[in-house]
Amino acid sequence: MIEVRNLTHIYSEGLPHESVALDDVSFTIADGNFVGIIGHTGSGKSTLLQHLNGLLKPSSGTIVIDGTDITDSHTKMLDIRKKVGLVFQYPEYQLFEETVAKDVAFGPGNLGLPQEEIDARVRRSIELVGLDYEAVKDVSPFELSGGQKRRVAIAGVLAMEPEVLVLDEPTAGLNPKAHYDILDMVQEIHEREKNITIFVSHNMNDIARMSDQVLVIDKGRLAMDGTPQEVFAREEELKAMGLALPDAAEIVSQLRKKGMELPAGCLSVEEAADAIAAALK
Amino acid sequence: MIRDITLGQFYPGNSVIHKLDPRVKILATLLYIVALFVVKDFAGFIAPLVLLEAVIIMSKVPRKYIWRGLRPVLIIIAFTLAINLFMVRGEIIWQLGVLHITREGVRTAAFMGIRLVLLIIGSSMLTLTTRPIGLTDGIEALLSPFKKIGLPAHELAMMMTIALRFIPTLLEETDKIIKAQQARGADFESGNLFRRAKALVPILVPLFISAFRIAQDLAMAMEARCYGGNVKRTRMNAMKFARRDLIAAILFCAFLAIVVAQRVLG
Ligand SMILES: Nc1ncnc2c1ncn2[C@@H]1O[C@H](COP(=O)(O)OP(=O)(O)O)[C@@H](O)[C@H]1O
Ligand SMILES: [Mg+2]
Repeated sequence: MIEVRNLTHIYSEGLPHESVALDDVSFTIADGNFVGIIGHTGSGKSTLLQHLNGLLKPSSGTIVIDGTDITDSHTKMLDIRKKVGLVFQYPEYQLFEETVAKDVAFGPGNLGLPQEEIDARVRRSIELVGLDYEAVKDVSPFELSGGQKRRVAIAGVLAMEPEVLVLDEPTAGLNPKAHYDILDMVQEIHEREKNITIFVSHNMNDIARMSDQVLVIDKGRLAMDGTPQEVFAREEELKAMGLALPDAAEIVSQLRKKGMELPAGCLSVEEAADAIAAALK
Repeated sequence: MIRDITLGQFYPGNSVIHKLDPRVKILATLLYIVALFVVKDFAGFIAPLVLLEAVIIMSKVPRKYIWRGLRPVLIIIAFTLAINLFMVRGEIIWQLGVLHITREGVRTAAFMGIRLVLLIIGSSMLTLTTRPIGLTDGIEALLSPFKKIGLPAHELAMMMTIALRFIPTLLEETDKIIKAQQARGADFESGNLFRRAKALVPILVPLFISAFRIAQDLAMAMEARCYGGNVKRTRMNAMKFARRDLIAAILFCAFLAIVVAQRVLG
């Protein structure tokens, strides 16, 4: 369980360009939840994620993960990094080793694991992200395609076997096929590991389809926290923040405004199609 | 954090100092530095100190911000002080084993320390109050007389503009890469020198790749807008030598005269 209490973060505190990136944010994430985070660019999503594994220290507030206060200065950083795996936006820019296998081994190597354990984890996580271990292990990561590079980068975090997996806009800049491949992979890993997964996305269809819980950040504040049904029911508020509805919900909403009698809360294309078909009978 | 480095950065504002013609500011800064080396005794520092103080007050740049810029060079200052303190021969006032401090050493160290601090703060006032674009336009204008003897003034200025423009971008990039590797458990703070040097590889490789990518994108964007170095270019904000620049120049000449007079007469 993750409990965030009154988290505030101020960048460059005391300098003329100081900015409040997070303002009194509190929420709880239950075990096994798949959490989607949405918000306008610059609303503070990435700042929030970087607090979850101790990369940023809060200006005030606490974060407790499974009973451990990770904002406490006595908590060992390496333990936090082991517990919470953070995949940055455009993670392929962090690749640096000569071969894929060596790059994936960087994380577990830093954990000080024995060599056999590292090798086993490298193989496992490369296979977990859907790549052929034997085929890619000795290839330079810079020779791979964009989607494959990103898989390798994600494998580099998975190899640390975190209990909480956090992904910052994991599909940014990918073509549609790679986009769905990556998300399917994330979902598969989530179902297998039964851990907490948190992801940021600007794609409302993905958010509605995949999340159990949705957090909406607006100008550093937590604006909403609920199930996709609850959050996407607040259409006007979301639009005022520069956000949108999932495509299906948008169509249903437009039809309702035109006077068609449709139930609220259709998020997927299937639900919307069924509702429209029923109304047309 | 790495992004908070302020040395050589611009502090937005619209004070008199900000508005001065960059050419005047650049020349004045160069002459101010020369003046610091003309000074030969402590009393000689009074004039530069007064000038610097006046510029700081007029520029409205917070002192805290200026001090922050000084922090990264503190090591250099400390090193200079230590060398002078221990190396200068003369009347010994303190001794421990082979180390000794002389009266002359203390004097030279203090003298050098003041000169160095005045120099660094003085030159950072130039960058704090002048936009990078103004700075390079000014340098280009000042160098253009040398075009006749084949100096590529415009190209040099453009290179500087680009370099200055990308300092914040590269710092941001470095910050991101450091965090990404830390998220993978990288540790840059412990271990011996060799281990620490090795720990830089995961930062430097991605950073170089990013730098090349950014450079390539920029080159492409410049080409797409038909940039050519050799054509005669005009400026959107042409530099104008205004009345305040004349006043500043006269006041500055008075300052130079005082420094020279103090040296000759003092
Ligand atoms: N390292 C930093 N230093 C200073 N300001 C930052 C830094 N990172 C982000 N910010 C600022 O904090 C705010 C939130 O940024 P971020 O968390 O990246 O938003 P998001 O991920 O939602 O787009 C923005 O206004 C951004 O400019
Ligand atoms: Mg972000």
